[in-house]
Amino acid sequence: MIAFDNVAHSYGGGELLSEVTLRLAPGSFHFLTGPSGAGKSTFLKLCYAELLPTAGRVTLFDREVRSLARDDVARMRRRIGVVHQDCQFLDHLPLAANVTLPLLVSGRAAGAQDLADLLGWVGLGQLAAALPPSLSGGERQRAALARAVIMGPDVILADEPTGNLDWEMSLRLLTLLVELNKMGKTIVVATHDLNLIRSAKAQVAARVLRIKNRRIQLAGADL
Amino acid sequence: MIRALLADLFKPDRHAARVVPRAGHTAWLTSFTAAAMTFLAVFALALSLAAGRLAERWSAALAHTATVRIAAPADQVEIQTRAVLGVLATTPGIAAARALSDADQRALLAPWFGPDLPLEALPIPRLIEVTEDPVGYDSEGLRQRLAAEAPGAVLDDHTRWRRPLAVAAGRLRLLAAVSIALILTTMAAMITLAANAALAANGQVIRVLRLVGARDVYIARAFVRRFTLRALAGSAVGAAAGMLGVALLPAADAAGGFLTGLGFQGADWVLPLLLPVLAAVIAFFATRLAAFRKLKELT
Repeated sequence: MIAFDNVAHSYGGGELLSEVTLRLAPGSFHFLTGPSGAGKSTFLKLCYAELLPTAGRVTLFDREVRSLARDDVARMRRRIGVVHQDCQFLDHLPLAANVTLPLLVSGRAAGAQDLADLLGWVGLGQLAAALPPSLSGGERQRAALARAVIMGPDVILADEPTGNLDWEMSLRLLTLLVELNKMGKTIVVATHDLNLIRSAKAQVAARVLRIKNRRIQLAGADL
Repeated sequence: MIRALLADLFKPDRHAARVVPRAGHTAWLTSFTAAAMTFLAVFALALSLAAGRLAERWSAALAHTATVRIAAPADQVEIQTRAVLGVLATTPGIAAARALSDADQRALLAPWFGPDLPLEALPIPRLIEVTEDPVGYDSEGLRQRLAAEAPGAVLDDHTRWRRPLAVAAGRLRLLAAVSIALILTTMAAMITLAANAALAANGQVIRVLRLVGARDVYIARAFVRRFTLRALAGSAVGAAAGMLGVALLPAADAAGGFLTGLGFQGADWVLPLLLPVLAAVIAFFATRLAAFRKLKELT
């Protein structure tokens, strides 16, 4: 589904990531940990082609990212839902329009009942008409998750999704991600919150990847 | 490309149009620029058309007339006048010839010397007005015959007057055309700047759209349609104001002089109506180019 083959990335100075080789199998659940600035966000951006590798090959759905035209990248992103810590919205559009945005840009109509179900699932059923600036941090994260899943993507990438949330809200968001994984979605969550990882491992067979010395390795049982 | 323009304008994707916020300083800037530039273009167009008409009128008026001037001693003037009229009457290509009376000549000189000019006390040459037929006459042959029959007669076929007038009117027309080109180019530049500013101000919108899988053409269309319609509306207002201004110009007879005929006549009134369409086309291409150039900077 997503494969890295000896991938490196540099922003112009030294390499932030080096010799990354891994495969994200369909239906897997991965956590990616590491200190701030270690390259977690860079790894995720490589996963949805916002960044291109400076060395090696990244393959998305059996296609090498460097061979993708801009329109191909756009179509590829419809199969990958992304949730950022500072999730951005179109502030002039209500929440419902923001959540259905991936459908609109791909020329598909949003069913009213499906949208209501989705917003109810993330606990935002009453806020469909609210504008994003009026939402709390937790509400924005859940809205971003709803937007990320509305296209029925194969992969969901979450970059520090609980960074601005309290523990209760973090667990709620984690539960939603676990539910999606049980529906067959491939999940990758970048986080430095070890308690969140421990909670997840109690619910799902999650693997933990750790960035150390620019390389990504499978974390041991110390987590 | 034209099909894309028509599709964007007449079969709009209303969802694409909504993703860009309506407010912003670029909105009024685009409309105002289009309105102001079209307003100026209407006057430049009026000047261009008027200059063309003026050139044609001057050329036509001078091309079919000539003057024979008789400067002779007082006792010879009448004799030579009759001789010249005789020559002219038998010259092929001359439709009519008429010696101006003292009253006619006094009327010609009145604007410069006043109505009380003592014509008989001044050595003013006798003038004969010659009207050509459409075929025209052999001016060199006529000069030779006049020299033989009336030594004091000089033929002025208006060539030396006609040429600089035609050149001046042609240059005036060229100047107006260049002005229109400059105005439209400036409008394109201003709209491009406004589009770039709008794209920069909506960086978050573009990032979000790219993140959720929007293709460049979808994002560009949202901006292009907005700017095209703003330019069309602004330009329509500018054209209407310009046409009103031209319509309110003083009438030709009242204004006289150079201003005679400045404005639109007959089918000319259709031309300024094309300016908003042209402004929309310019805005479409300027915004589309700016949008795709900006989007290529993003991953």
